[in-house]
Amino acid sequence: MTKLIIILLSAVFINNYVLSRFLGICPFLGVSKKLDSATGMSLAVIFVMLMATAATYPIQVYLLTPNGLGYLQTIVFILVIAALVQLVEIVLKRYIPSLHKSLGVYLPLITTNCAVLGVTILNIDEGYTFLEAMVNSLGSGLGFFLAMVMFSGVRSVIEGADVPESFKGLPVTLVAAAITSLSFLGFGGVIENLFA
Amino acid sequence: MEAILTAVIPVVIIGVICAAVLVIASKVMAVKEDERFPKVRECLPGANCGACGFAGCDGYAKALCENPDTPTNLCIPGADGVSRQLSEVLGVEFADVVEQVAVVHCSGDCAHTQDKVQYEGIESCTAAKLMYGGKGSCTYGCLGLGDCAKVCPQDAVCVDNGVARINPKDCVGCGMCAKACPNHLISLVADVERVVVACSSKDKGAVTRKVCSAGCIGCKKCEKVCPLGAIKVENNVAVIDYDKCHDCPDFAACAKSCTTGCILIADLQGYHRLKG
Repeated sequence: MTKLIIILLSAVFINNYVLSRFLGICPFLGVSKKLDSATGMSLAVIFVMLMATAATYPIQVYLLTPNGLGYLQTIVFILVIAALVQLVEIVLKRYIPSLHKSLGVYLPLITTNCAVLGVTILNIDEGYTFLEAMVNSLGSGLGFFLAMVMFSGVRSVIEGADVPESFKGLPVTLVAAAITSLSFLGFGGVIENLFA
Repeated sequence: MEAILTAVIPVVIIGVICAAVLVIASKVMAVKEDERFPKVRECLPGANCGACGFAGCDGYAKALCENPDTPTNLCIPGADGVSRQLSEVLGVEFADVVEQVAVVHCSGDCAHTQDKVQYEGIESCTAAKLMYGGKGSCTYGCLGLGDCAKVCPQDAVCVDNGVARINPKDCVGCGMCAKACPNHLISLVADVERVVVACSSKDKGAVTRKVCSAGCIGCKKCEKVCPLGAIKVENNVAVIDYDKCHDCPDFAACAKSCTTGCILIADLQGYHRLKG
């Protein structure tokens, strides 16, 4: 149980996908302008990360590894995740239209997001069990959510700030992202010692 | 060769399975969309102005498809043309649209009123109003910074000599300017109306006279000359009840008698008449 908590917390804070691993930067910079779109995107990412792990973990363990096809991991995972997201979209549209409407635009956007692919591959690399892998996916999604929400707050402050002309737009956003990411490095080493 | 096959075959199989699942899912779980929806949506102008009371043109089209009681004459920018098309697509009786145009209830231009401060803040009426009710001496009047002109999808509004003016030949009556005006000076009237009160000052006559030479001073002269009792002075400003104003036997008596000239004779039949 302690191990699961450590995995969850370290996925959210220490190995935060956006701020420490630098995966999923594209939506992080693109969709973080407004709080509600950032929330929608993050919820979709959490959802897809969980689904993708649940689908790809058995494929790796029962299909690829026994047959010595580990090198096909990336291409097979992309294929499966892409198909899965499409399927989820169809199902949501049919049965939960309200959820489809709120996630709608963001679902196809994250079909082959590197954060999603990264979670599934890193789950295998770390040698997690299925439960651990699911917890790690949840933590990674929550970490993405945290980064997005935090950064949308940062951006709304930048919007009102008097930024030098040459820094306006993307440059100041990248500087802010760097500082936000730096602040997350402070978590390093905290979780391991929490349960020691 | 064998190495290639052992790699290709599993991927192909996985791909085919995924494709098959997706095909089946899209067939089984297809959502039935009303086939009239795209046709209805095509009839609407797509300005998303909200004059119909729904959330954009998509919202109105959806309401028309789902609820047969939704009136087809709610699209004011589209006027009779759109209403006729909608009634044809939906197979209901044609309903006449009451075409509207926006009018500005203020005539306080630079010739009639003065500035009390020199405003150099943000170029927005809403921002200017926060500072002592705007730069002009009349706190009820046009702020002259053109919030209305910025939102107009037809470029029908311009700020001329310090007061907003609306060209009825371009105005489609969507009412976005009316929502944007922080002083609520703009209203929509049916485009058959002929007289408009161009003042909204609720100040007493003496105060209004001091700050603006074209303001309504509430003298009630118009009330007396109106043969139909359609014009009333309420809160120190004349208000026309357009329900009574039609078919006036003594056309524009109010405008001709007005001591400050704040009741205007206006030809509002522009855009809609041109469109038929």
